[in-house]
Amino acid sequence: MKTRHKRLAIIVSGVIGLTVAGLFVLNAFRSNLVFFYSPTEVLEGKVAIAAGKTIRIGGLVEQGSVKRSPDGLKVDFVVTDLNKKLPVHYEGILPDLFREGQGVVAQGRLQNGNTFTASEVLAKHDEKYMPPEAAKALKGGTFMPGNETKKP
Amino acid sequence: MHKYASPKFFYSLAGQLIPWIAALTAVLLLAGLYLGLFVAPADYQQGESYRIMFIHVPAAWMSMFIYMLMAGAGAVALVWNIKLAEIFANSCAPIGASFTFLALATGSLWGKPMWGTWWAWDARLTSELILFFLYIGYMALQASIDDPRRAARAAAILALVGVVNIPVIHFSVEWWNTLHQPASVSKIGTPSIHPSMLAPLLLMAFAFTIYFVVVALLRMRNEILERERHTTWVADMLESTKP
Amino acid sequence: MNWTEFFAMGGYSQYVWGSYGLAALILILNLYLPLRRRKTVRRLLREFLRLKEQTR
Repeated sequence: MKTRHKRLAIIVSGVIGLTVAGLFVLNAFRSNLVFFYSPTEVLEGKVAIAAGKTIRIGGLVEQGSVKRSPDGLKVDFVVTDLNKKLPVHYEGILPDLFREGQGVVAQGRLQNGNTFTASEVLAKHDEKYMPPEAAKALKGGTFMPGNETKKP
Repeated sequence: MHKYASPKFFYSLAGQLIPWIAALTAVLLLAGLYLGLFVAPADYQQGESYRIMFIHVPAAWMSMFIYMLMAGAGAVALVWNIKLAEIFANSCAPIGASFTFLALATGSLWGKPMWGTWWAWDARLTSELILFFLYIGYMALQASIDDPRRAARAAAILALVGVVNIPVIHFSVEWWNTLHQPASVSKIGTPSIHPSMLAPLLLMAFAFTIYFVVVALLRMRNEILERERHTTWVADMLESTKP
Repeated sequence: MNWTEFFAMGGYSQYVWGSYGLAALILILNLYLPLRRRKTVRRLLREFLRLKEQTR
C-alpha cells in the first residue's frame, strides 16, 4: 500500500511537472520569442508581424547611434544588419556588454512599421574568445591563432 | 564477450578501476582549474566573467553526451536484452540531470552580467531545459515501475524518443537567430577561441568525462549488488569482506 | 599575484565564484550519494542474508 502511494505520488507530480514545463515551452515557441528577426526581415515585411505583437529583433548597435537622455534612463539607438537600419527606443538599464558595434537583442513592439520600442534589451556576444592583445592584433589584420604578441 | 558483460565480472573490474580513474580525474581537474583561473588571460570583451565558460561549456557537452550514452545503452538493452546496459542507462540519468542543471545554472550566472538577464526563452536555452525534463521524466518513469527489467525497458523507450532533442540543442544556434552565440570550438576549421583559453576548456571537458566514468561505475556497482542479491557470488563477496 | 584582485574577478566575483562553487557542490554530491548508498545497500544485504540463513 505504502509503495503504491509513493508510486502514485511520483507519477502525479511527474505528470503535473511535465505539463507545466510543456506549457511554458509551447507558449515560448508559439509567441515566436525563442528567436529574433533582423531589421531587414522587419522593415521589408518578409515576416508577417501583427500590429502590437511583442517580438524580438536583433543585430548590431550602429556606431555613433547611441543617444542617452540627460538622466541616462532613456536610450535611443539604431540596430543594423548591415543592410537595413531600425531605430530603437528603450527606457531602462542596459547590460554590461551593450556597446556600439556589438550585437544586441531587443524585445518589444514595432511602432508605425519603422521604429521599435523595446521593453527589454539584451546584449548578444559572438563566439570569439581571446585576450585583448590578440584582439588588437586582429584589428591590425595580423592575427594568427597562437602567433600574436605575448602578454607583457 | 559474455564474460565481460556478466555483472559479477563487471563488479570486480569496476572496483579495481575506480581508484585509478578517480586519481586521474583529480589531476586533470586541478590542471584545468589552474590553467583556467590563473594562466588564461581575461577576455577582450567579457573580462574575467568568461571564466564561467570552463564550467558551463563542459557541463553542457556532458549533458548531451551522457544523454546519447543513456539512449544508446537503452537501445542495446531493448534489442539484446543485456542487463548491464540497463544498469548503465539507469546510472546515467541522475548524473546527466545534474550536469544539465549545472549547465543551466552557470549559464544563468553568466547571462545575468553579460546578456543582462538570468533567463530568456531562447531556442538554445529552451531546448536544454527540455533535456533536463527528459532526464527527470526518465528517472520518474523508472522509479514508478517495480520490476526493474520492465522499468528499464519503459525508460529506454522514453530516452530514445527524447533523442530528437539533441540535434535541436546542438543546431538551435544555427537554425534560428538566437540570443545564445554559435559554437566556438566545434566550428569547422580553426576554433574561434584563443589557444590559451581552449587548453583549460578541453582539459576541464576531459576531466568531467572521466569524472562521469567514476560516478557511473559507483552507481552501477550499487545497482548490480541490489539486483544480484539472490546470487551466491554476492553472498560470498559480502562474507569475505565483513567489516 | 594579487589575491584580492584574483577573488574580485574584475567585479564579477559573485557570478564566477557562484558558478565554480555550484560545480564543486554538484561534483561532490554525485560522489557522496552513491558512496552513502553503497554503505546502506551492503548493510541491508548482510541483514537479508542473515535472515535467509536463519529461516533455512
